[in-house]
Amino acid sequence: MTVAPETALQSFVLLRLGERRFALPASQVAELVAPSRIFRFPHKSPALEGVILRRGRMIAICDIAEQLTGSRLTARRFTLIATRKYERQLDWIAIPVSGECELINVDMVPASSNDSPHVDGWLSHGGEVIEVLRLSALTPGPAETTLPAPLHDFAPVSGFVLTNPDSKEVRS
Amino acid sequence: MNFPAAEKSHQPRTEQIILFRVSGQIFAISSASVQEVRSVDNIAGMARDLPESHLKKVRHSIRRGDRTLYIVNAALHFGLQPQPASLVFFLRRTRTALLIDGIEKMTTMTRLQALSHAFQGEERNWYRGLTALDQTVVPVVHPEGFLSLEELTLLEAAQSSADTRSASVENNGAHVQ
Repeated sequence: MTVAPETALQSFVLLRLGERRFALPASQVAELVAPSRIFRFPHKSPALEGVILRRGRMIAICDIAEQLTGSRLTARRFTLIATRKYERQLDWIAIPVSGECELINVDMVPASSNDSPHVDGWLSHGGEVIEVLRLSALTPGPAETTLPAPLHDFAPVSGFVLTNPDSKEVRS
Repeated sequence: MNFPAAEKSHQPRTEQIILFRVSGQIFAISSASVQEVRSVDNIAGMARDLPESHLKKVRHSIRRGDRTLYIVNAALHFGLQPQPASLVFFLRRTRTALLIDGIEKMTTMTRLQALSHAFQGEERNWYRGLTALDQTVVPVVHPEGFLSLEELTLLEAAQSSADTRSASVENNGAHVQ
């Protein structure tokens, strides 16, 4: 008798950027919302467009399409709000996408050392091979730490109460 | 049967802020950080040129008591297209006099959100964070963020050179008399 190796299916969100589809682990996706006003202010982080306001929280917005497809999105149908780990802190990042997203359960093949840093793994779905994205390699900011870390909340501002209705704990 | 949880009375901390305009962009600053507001016309006679300043955003200084303050053009500091400034904020506990276009209003903020770590540039020194007011987002500036220690050192050298030059001109004038 042969025993098939047990594989736990993972959930992924498929997102469309131009003509191509990419995936993010569903655990990193908070919500998909209609595009809203982008608030711009002077800054020196060229990859960022500004922030959007979502449920009282200001979320940095970053178009990752150019890095992945070679051109910026011409049509933005939705904004995907994902979590991004900065060293030991979690924060939201907003990513414009050009089509509807789909939730799938599938096995991921982990990336190899030959893959680009932004590739966390590969999925096979509907006859397509789809890259699972590593947001820390596509969006600006410090990379997440792999060291065991204490629990941390969203970045506080010293000397001021930080009201954050969406705060989450990060467990390493 | 479920009962709603008893609400704790949390008094949110508030802060008085001044919303000000620079090249069409609105910024906020804690009103406690602003010692004095003067019109540009009012200080024009007191400002001293700093011809050797290497900082584009600082071209003048002003003497206040025993201290020299540097007049920082806020538009140039933020990389905006400069427009004729009309007001100067003298910032408390700093060496900065800030040239701005105008004041929008005074208001109160109840929330200050830290800049996302996605912002990695100079803005981390410029802003204490962001606040949402009337469904709009306003960056809250850091009063100490307009001049770094390095910039202050450069300005002090430029000031010293300007002082030496003006003393020498005065001495020459005295000899002629």
